[in-house]
Amino acid sequence: MESVTKLPSVFKKTDKLPEEKIFSYSQWQLMWLKFRKHKLATVGGVFVVFLYVMVIFHGFLAPYDPVERSKMIHMKPQRIHFVFQGRLTWPFVYGVTSKADPETFTRTYVEDESVQYPINFFVRGHEYRLFGLIKSNLHLFGVPEGGVIFLLGTDELGRDMFSRIMYGSAISLSIGLVGVFLSFILGVILGGISGYYSGVVDTIIQRVIEFLLSMPTIPLWMALSVAVPTNWPPLKVYFAITVILSLRGWCGLARIVRGKLLETREEEFVMAAKLLGSSDMRIILRHMLPTFMSFLIVDMTLAIPSMILGETTLSFLGLGLRPPVVSWGVLLQKAINIRVVATYPWLMIPAIPVILTVLAFNFMGDGLRDAADPYK
Amino acid sequence: MRAYILRRFLYMVVMLLMGSVVAFAVITLPPGDYLTSYIAQLKSSGQDVSKDQEMALRRQYGLDYPLYVQYFKWMGRLLRGDMGRSFLWSRPAKDVLFERLPATIMVSVLTLIITYAIAIPIGVYSAVRQYSIGDYVFTVLGFIGVSVPEFLLALILMVIAYRYFDVSIGGLFSHEYVDAPWSWDKVVDLLRHLPVPLAVISLSGTAWLIRVMRAMLLDELPKPYVHTARAKGLKESRLLIKYPIRVALNPIASTIAWALPSLFSGQTIVSIVLDLPTIGPVLFQSLMTEDMFLASSAIIISMVLTLFGTLISDILLAWLDPRIRLG
Repeated sequence: MESVTKLPSVFKKTDKLPEEKIFSYSQWQLMWLKFRKHKLATVGGVFVVFLYVMVIFHGFLAPYDPVERSKMIHMKPQRIHFVFQGRLTWPFVYGVTSKADPETFTRTYVEDESVQYPINFFVRGHEYRLFGLIKSNLHLFGVPEGGVIFLLGTDELGRDMFSRIMYGSAISLSIGLVGVFLSFILGVILGGISGYYSGVVDTIIQRVIEFLLSMPTIPLWMALSVAVPTNWPPLKVYFAITVILSLRGWCGLARIVRGKLLETREEEFVMAAKLLGSSDMRIILRHMLPTFMSFLIVDMTLAIPSMILGETTLSFLGLGLRPPVVSWGVLLQKAINIRVVATYPWLMIPAIPVILTVLAFNFMGDGLRDAADPYK
Repeated sequence: MRAYILRRFLYMVVMLLMGSVVAFAVITLPPGDYLTSYIAQLKSSGQDVSKDQEMALRRQYGLDYPLYVQYFKWMGRLLRGDMGRSFLWSRPAKDVLFERLPATIMVSVLTLIITYAIAIPIGVYSAVRQYSIGDYVFTVLGFIGVSVPEFLLALILMVIAYRYFDVSIGGLFSHEYVDAPWSWDKVVDLLRHLPVPLAVISLSGTAWLIRVMRAMLLDELPKPYVHTARAKGLKESRLLIKYPIRVALNPIASTIAWALPSLFSGQTIVSIVLDLPTIGPVLFQSLMTEDMFLASSAIIISMVLTLFGTLISDILLAWLDPRIRLG
């Protein structure tokens, strides 16, 4: 709104030329326009959308149940073949036979070139629930009975890494959103109280924020997550960890809310609302909050990756989510043993989606920040 | 200046008090009290604990009192320098932590120095040559640096070193030097082990600081005083160092206080992965084994270190910039 009202009135006339259309754009339209110009941010944004589509359809994309065990223990990623006898064919995988070394007891897997399994699309497989509601057993791809397809190899129980990464995405990526949502509520309420009322309450809240920000995060998270009882059901642990992660996340938001409230408190429209008899809560939420919503959204976007990293770090250390829950951090837990990863390097693969996700969020957040700043 | 230092010091004490509540909560939060797990541990190791002994222990730790009394008792012992015993190490928690203090401080300070030594020149370059190829390269590298979690980087480097070079890059010393007295060889050994942990810990801070430095300098460069200096015919390099960089550096100096907690946080996790002899791995072990006195002491010490670092940087900053101590 601001940028529109500040323009000279000449541009608001209805007989504008097409290129002057920009002057009648709303703040959000202007932001979108600026965001689109930022190439890396757009790429990041598209990737983030892609990730969350993956989360929604994770059951459909995963060929196997994440806890389904197979006899193929620590099998390395399988190759997909497109060429057979020098000619391009429908993609297929060879059958796999395992051989156990009688001395070291390690298994080696060799492709059995006498059997081929074509990769079929839209096949029936294990049952899952789409959106957690609709029962389905349709999968994007799979191989006929008798064959296996382990695109990213298997773990120590012969479970498909690719399927586990797909299912892990649901937990890892949602924890960022839930955590940011919690932080947002806490930040707006506490920051709102702090900025609107000021006085003693303000001082106390500010000191608490400063304290939380001056604490080294990971030791604090580690200490708090130990307090989560080991016998809690997975869903409860999930929420406990989210609460722990957002315990620090709200501080930044609360500061922005407070600062902006202090700025807008003296504005005429707030006075007007007060005189009309609006309640404090209504004034904050209905009149003041919308004036700096864009800043909050930027801050939230930049907070999501740190939440995701927090969960990954905690789970990696064994202090966060625990098996049988599958998250990227839980998958990386096995990597804490160097010897294991050095022998089976594909166990490190879950690190790739973690890094890409955080990178995409950072690019997107950076673009949003530039776009939300009316002075740039 | 003296009033300012006093004010900052009092402020630190308040922060520490709040921190002590958190550290105390760490002792009491886990299900079951710590004595139960201690006694269970004693019994499992074959020692017999009678009811009387148990009662005596309960009284000693004040477990029958309400929580706030327990807190004050614990605080009293802490102020007298008694941090309780570590059940895991069977030694006073203080001894376990204090012998790791020098390494912790050394790694932190070195990381801080490296971060600033690398980030400031690159930030200046990126701002002066904005949108050049170099700027783009550093921007992308910077984003990757911020996005790759430290523990993953440490892990990846360890795997590469183990798999392709067949060396272990964990720890700060080779086996034969861990307990050896200080000698020239030990220092050389330490210098050989330091680069990897320091590079890993400083990465995200450096990446972030490059962005800040670049943005600060970009704000200064188009200002009229820069044009004036240029119009007077001042050489470009001299102009930069003399005016805009100095102005841009001031907010950077104030970021030290902000960078410290995240530096310490990153250092904790990297130390766990790379097994450095710092406080981080002790905290991790103690939490995993519910060795709560050691855990809470480790948290207290981490907090004291960060807050003390913040205090020092605040004082340095006030000495640099009179606006701060008067404002």
